[in-house]
Amino acid sequence: MAAETRLRLEALTKRFGAHAAVDAVDLALEPGEFFCLLGPSGCGKSTLLRMIAGFEAPTSGRVVLGEADITGLPPHRRPVNMMFQSYALFPHMSVAANVGYGLKGLGRGAAAARVAELLRLVRLDGFDARRPDTLSGGQRQRVALARALAREPRLLLLDEPLGALDRGLREETQGELRAVQRRLGTSFVVVTHDPEEAMMLADRIGVMDRGRLVQVGAPADLYRRPASRFVAGLLGDVNLIPGRLGPAEADGTRVVATAHGPVRAAGPADPLAEGAEVVVAVRPESLALGAEGLPVTVADATFLGDRVRRLLRLPDGTPLRASGPPGEGGAQPVGAETRAGFAPDAAVILPA
Amino acid sequence: MNRDAPQRLFARLVRLPPFLWLAAFFLLPVVITLKISLSEPATAIPPYLPLLDWQGGLEGWSTFLEALNLDNYLTLARDPLYRDALFGSLAYAGGATALLAALGVPLAYALARAPARRQPFLVALIVVPFWTSFLIRVYAWIAILKQEGLLNLVLLKLGLIARPLAILNTDAAVMIGLVYAYLPFMVLPVYAVMNRLDPALREAAADLGAGPTRVFWSVTLPLALPGIVAGAGLCFIPMVGEFIIPDLLGGSETLMLGRVLWSEFFSNRDWPLASAVAVLILLIVLGPVVLLRDGLRGEGERP
Repeated sequence: MAAETRLRLEALTKRFGAHAAVDAVDLALEPGEFFCLLGPSGCGKSTLLRMIAGFEAPTSGRVVLGEADITGLPPHRRPVNMMFQSYALFPHMSVAANVGYGLKGLGRGAAAARVAELLRLVRLDGFDARRPDTLSGGQRQRVALARALAREPRLLLLDEPLGALDRGLREETQGELRAVQRRLGTSFVVVTHDPEEAMMLADRIGVMDRGRLVQVGAPADLYRRPASRFVAGLLGDVNLIPGRLGPAEADGTRVVATAHGPVRAAGPADPLAEGAEVVVAVRPESLALGAEGLPVTVADATFLGDRVRRLLRLPDGTPLRASGPPGEGGAQPVGAETRAGFAPDAAVILPA
Repeated sequence: MNRDAPQRLFARLVRLPPFLWLAAFFLLPVVITLKISLSEPATAIPPYLPLLDWQGGLEGWSTFLEALNLDNYLTLARDPLYRDALFGSLAYAGGATALLAALGVPLAYALARAPARRQPFLVALIVVPFWTSFLIRVYAWIAILKQEGLLNLVLLKLGLIARPLAILNTDAAVMIGLVYAYLPFMVLPVYAVMNRLDPALREAAADLGAGPTRVFWSVTLPLALPGIVAGAGLCFIPMVGEFIIPDLLGGSETLMLGRVLWSEFFSNRDWPLASAVAVLILLIVLGPVVLLRDGLRGEGERP
């Protein structure tokens, strides 16, 4: 059954000449999981996806699905389907023929019934006879999804599934994609460069940087406990305050001596020696203005309705971004001198 | 409205030269050919009658027009020689076009699938024969196909045949010549279309369980159809009137319109009949031209 299939990548590597596009990636996917590969363009996430689909042969490493090693199988023999970024709908075929293309093994009647069922699933009943070029972007995306699901794949790969849609449609489609995945229980692997999309869709996110899988975790964990400056910066706005690491405290936090005074934050994941150069990563929404923390000057404030975004400056001019509800710190006009503090567990110490 | 007028005038002027060019070098010759085809042969210079008497005024025109007739077309319709030449031309051109498609489509496919950095070189190889005179290349085929030619020599040495094959001056030689000479005109348009196909389409088909054969027949070939139609038109149209290949490689019984036209014109000095054959060829190729135009338009519509 689909729900029991597990994907395992073992030291999967793809080299183009001397350049490693994908560098020794190990990954185990839970059955029925919605997994997102996130990274900037050129980080190797698409190459990784294409190796799972069978379009690229790995230089070394294995792709294991369930108990079967599928590393050497050509794409048409893999129980894996892919939804392409361009959708790759066959322009010379009707919607029904597109969705039914992979159902050749089924009898004609069974295939037609399956096509009808899939078109209902993506809410395109009645579009059977239409040609892809008469459909809107969102409708094409749904045809591509139905076509990729037709063969009941044990694993569905989606390459930037929402990349070609405009903003309003994207959010609607994100919800739909999640709903379809929950209903079918198929494992989804989505490739995206959009952190917001990854966080909205995924059970777990794998962040890729220059061919390496640098951190894997639930969206909230990655957001709150990034393991590197790269991950911290990729998943959203972050303030990085440099300093020198102090001794370990009993409660697991550590003090970092910054140029403007000591701050306390959650300890680094990697053991770092006392006195090491580090940065303290704090999200703008975790910075609160008040009586405690680092001395700052309010340089700018922007009212955004549900929150106020403030640009603060440390005495040496280093900018900090803070964001909070409008009521809070409302008495702090531009030019005011105040302090910016944060709860120790809302910040994380990272290697500089 | 008025502000647009000069711009519109300019736009019209820009479009004028091509029309003038076509009128002077295409339409006018066709009209002249049409006129000669309605005349009678004469031992004179030019070798046909009537000639328009420019000084005769309206009367000159009317005697001129009255002298024109359809006799040459009736000859074409009645004499089996011309009918056979017509069918011969259609058969040779049609057969060669089918062979060209069978040969050119796989070749174009191989080109389009070759590594991208090697494609310019491979395309250049297809085009390189054009750097040598067409006539010389056809003569080269005579040297290859004749009794004591290269092909027979190789086949005899290999022991594949006991006696030399008589290929030159047969239908087979004409077919070989036609397919050889027109292959680039089939390969290049098909390659151009296949090269532009999104590789993701083939990948999507393979991803949905189609083996390489099904991918080719169900995705690549149907999407390359505009290119095949264009290639077929580019080959069929000139082949109907082809003269050099049947004349040099064909036998005395090889009947094609181009050859008949040539002999009427140069051997018999019957310009009117030759012109009628030329008009006939023009009418025959109008069909494929329309098809070709529709094919190209279909290709343009694809996003």
